Amino acid sequence: MSRQPIKNHHQEQRLFLARVIVLGVVIVLLFTLVAMRLTQLQVVNHSHFATLSQNNRVRLEALPPPRGLIYDRNGVVLAENRPAYQLEVTPEQVGNLQDTLDRLSDLLELEPEEIDRFRRALRGKRPFQAVPLKLNLTDEELANFAVNRHLFPGVDVQARVARHYPHGASLAHVIGYVGRIDEREMARIDTRRYAGTTHIGKLGIERYYEDDLHGQVGFQKVEVNAQGRTLRILEREPPVPGRDLVLSLDVRLQAVAQEALEGMAGAIVAMDPRNGEVLAMVSMPTFDPNLFVHGIPARTFNELRNNRRQPLFNRALSGQYPPGSTLKMLVGLAGLEHGVIRADRMMFAAGYYTLPNDTRRYRDWRRHGHGWVDLDKAITQSSDVYFYDMSFRLGIDRMSEFLGRFGVGEATGIDSTGERRGLLPSREWKRGAHGMPWFPGETLITSIGQGYMLATPVQLASITSTLAMRGQRVRPHLLRGVLGEDGEELHVAEPEFLTPVQVSRPEFWDQVLTPMEHVMHRPNGTAFHSAGRDAPYRIAGKTGTSQVFSLGQDEEYDEGALPRHLWDHALFIGFAPAEDPRIAVAVLVENGGSGGRVSAPVARRVMDYFMLEMTPDAQWYR
Amino acid sequence: MRNGTADEPGLGRAILRALHLDLLLLGGVVLLLAIGFVVLYSASGENIDTLYRQGVRVGVAFMVLLLLAQIPAHHLRQWSPWVYVFGVLLLLAVMFFGEVGKGAQRWLDLGVVRFQPSEFMKIAVPMMVAWYFADRPLPPRFLEVVIAALLVLVPAGLIARQPDLGTALLVAGSGLVIIFLAGVRWRILMALGALAMLAAPVLWHFMQDYQRRRVLTLLNPESDPLGAGYHIIQSKIAIGSGGLYGKGWLNGTQSQLEFLPERSTDFIFAVHAEEFGLMGVLLLLALYLFVIIRGLIIALRAQDTYSRLLAGSLSFTFFIYVLVNTGMVSGLLPVVGVPLPLLSYGGTSMVTLMAAFGILMSIHSHRRLLAR
Repeated sequence: MSRQPIKNHHQEQRLFLARVIVLGVVIVLLFTLVAMRLTQLQVVNHSHFATLSQNNRVRLEALPPPRGLIYDRNGVVLAENRPAYQLEVTPEQVGNLQDTLDRLSDLLELEPEEIDRFRRALRGKRPFQAVPLKLNLTDEELANFAVNRHLFPGVDVQARVARHYPHGASLAHVIGYVGRIDEREMARIDTRRYAGTTHIGKLGIERYYEDDLHGQVGFQKVEVNAQGRTLRILEREPPVPGRDLVLSLDVRLQAVAQEALEGMAGAIVAMDPRNGEVLAMVSMPTFDPNLFVHGIPARTFNELRNNRRQPLFNRALSGQYPPGSTLKMLVGLAGLEHGVIRADRMMFAAGYYTLPNDTRRYRDWRRHGHGWVDLDKAITQSSDVYFYDMSFRLGIDRMSEFLGRFGVGEATGIDSTGERRGLLPSREWKRGAHGMPWFPGETLITSIGQGYMLATPVQLASITSTLAMRGQRVRPHLLRGVLGEDGEELHVAEPEFLTPVQVSRPEFWDQVLTPMEHVMHRPNGTAFHSAGRDAPYRIAGKTGTSQVFSLGQDEEYDEGALPRHLWDHALFIGFAPAEDPRIAVAVLVENGGSGGRVSAPVARRVMDYFMLEMTPDAQWYR
Repeated sequence: MRNGTADEPGLGRAILRALHLDLLLLGGVVLLLAIGFVVLYSASGENIDTLYRQGVRVGVAFMVLLLLAQIPAHHLRQWSPWVYVFGVLLLLAVMFFGEVGKGAQRWLDLGVVRFQPSEFMKIAVPMMVAWYFADRPLPPRFLEVVIAALLVLVPAGLIARQPDLGTALLVAGSGLVIIFLAGVRWRILMALGALAMLAAPVLWHFMQDYQRRRVLTLLNPESDPLGAGYHIIQSKIAIGSGGLYGKGWLNGTQSQLEFLPERSTDFIFAVHAEEFGLMGVLLLLALYLFVIIRGLIIALRAQDTYSRLLAGSLSFTFFIYVLVNTGMVSGLLPVVGVPLPLLSYGGTSMVTLMAAFGILMSIHSHRRLLAR
């Protein structure tokens, strides 16, 4: 290229013009490109970005419904919602999380599980969402933290509503408790209904009536900013609170029953035989259900679980025991119904019984027997030999069928959790369960409520009610009614009557029920000295003592020589007043020894309180 | 428009002429500034203090504009090499004594004011390159092109090292466009283009980590939605959700609820787009185009090579500002820190921009004083 020594202004100007035009075209083109890009974003993809913007801005928050309260029949609160203070951490606002946790541990004694749970909750949380660290702070912890609060930015105390059981251990086995929803429950429940709810009924009434107690979840749409802070509520659908339940229990009677069993392992079920309302249900020993609400520390839980006395075990519903002599009235009734015995016919009851062509001796609990006995005396004194003989003639099939009519071996269907069925042995059952034929001797053992036969205390109470009502059967239940949404009107749950037990002649009932009164009120009755002697009202009862441990052919039962856990279970069933029954009671004391000596007085205390101290008008709610 | 009979229209025009101002350019700039205040009020969360501080800056910048409009272009031309050398020395000073802020060394503390020499270079570099070509016959020879390119790339490189990619880009653009306007032959241009393409991987090698990340984020913003991609994603949501007519002034949820980062500075365009929609955006772009084209017309009408090249460069730099910012905010270009001229909150670029407009007005209004 040759150098041009002189500038050619005209040519340069034309060259510049050409270049500016090129530049101008490029500029316009690039502006067009930007405009097209904006059109693409704002027109073509507008709805996509509008949605994203809306999702950014609006958050749907679940409003958990307040859980329904639980009252006893007089309106005493058994389960309530109360403010609980929990420590929450917003990690975004905390400088060094580990350091903060360490320092909090020094101040508040954090359990390892609490830290584990906190770390699990950290995953999958929204930005700036606070995560609970320690639930249910005590007043002392609250004060401790309040003083040092300035040292912990991003850590706050938050008031939440938590379930509380004011009667604590006394009702643990009835009411049950709520606890944090676990993974298994997560799979079972409708997670939408439980959005925002942290706790669910785990046991007892809390579990059985979960649907009524829980209520309907509400929602609110809130506008949030980029930090996730709520700015205002856009839309709100309030939650529907759970229904308040009124139980048929009377806490005063419950307290008396619990006290009567103090120091023992056992159960009491008291119910109104006329309508099936359970008035008291106690299983001892027991535990504090409030421990479970906030997540029980593993150490405490293991102590409870490994406790030899098994406080977590609900003996009233889940405990299955040989009913012993308490079912002799049923066997007697079966004998009468099938014409195998007559009430007035006597037999000689020696100290033992043998089957034809067999040398094995089936012993009576009284070494030398009861002498000449009729049905009345056989029940009053609880003669085993009388029933051995009768059952031999009745046979297992007829006996089993008749006991089945009372609901033996069949769950009562009470409105709670964990109920077991008990066991009614029969020929078919034994073939199925053991693959063995029925032996005649087993019929004898069954007639005195031993051997394979098992019953739960609530079953025994239900059977007692049926006896008291002369065959009228009603399903035992804990729920008296549901309060209306106004919290005033009580919608009473109708009693559910079952197929009644019918016998061909009504006097058969008198023939087994009158001896039950003699058990209590005649000097030869098995509960006369311990319980019935001075009763100002008539009681019908029956004692039972069931073996935990099989004695050899010629061995004697001797409490002194046996370890406590092999002692007999002490049982008692009864109702009062005998002429117009209003309460039916079943008492079981594990390894208590004699039913007459141990369980009958317990039942008497419960009946006394009910009959003498509870004024009838105070029994009814409002 | 401007001729001997222009005395008639009256006082307004007489004042403009006396102050050496150009009505059309000034009108465009003032309109853009006005829109800026409207959008900034919304973007700042209706903060009057912010508007007040911006007002002070605009006032100062306007003084600079007025001052420069009074200086005839031939004076500027004479000062050009000295201004340039001074600027480069300042850059070196920053490199050795500068203050560190936000991970970059950009500031020079002069006691009274803190000063960003890289801003200064946005004017000094085009002045120098225009000066270099002013007396030489055009189109330039290859060697001249190389020397001019070095004059541009040395300070641009120093600025990129600070690191300040946005300003480096603007400085490089403002200088290189002069080489183009000077009439460099297409063959040389293509050769340089090819060289630049080859240099890209080398450049990649020398980039800072955060700069590379920005480029990668542009290619796939969703790869890091809460980190580097957050800006782009939220900005696109803001723009896209604005739709055709926008959500209305003060009603942009993306900006009002703070989802949009840097909303009163680099991302103010997204606020505008969200609240005023495509219509508002096109109007804004049209206004920018008007100012740019007015600047190019001034360049075409300029009477000597130096003024022509300088005016063309300053107009084009203004265009780069708009293009890079809108491209970045709408996800077409990587996130480089370039404000939206005249709208973004902040003082440093405002003064430089207004200084450039002052020079443009001076070039336009002092024409007749030059002998042909």
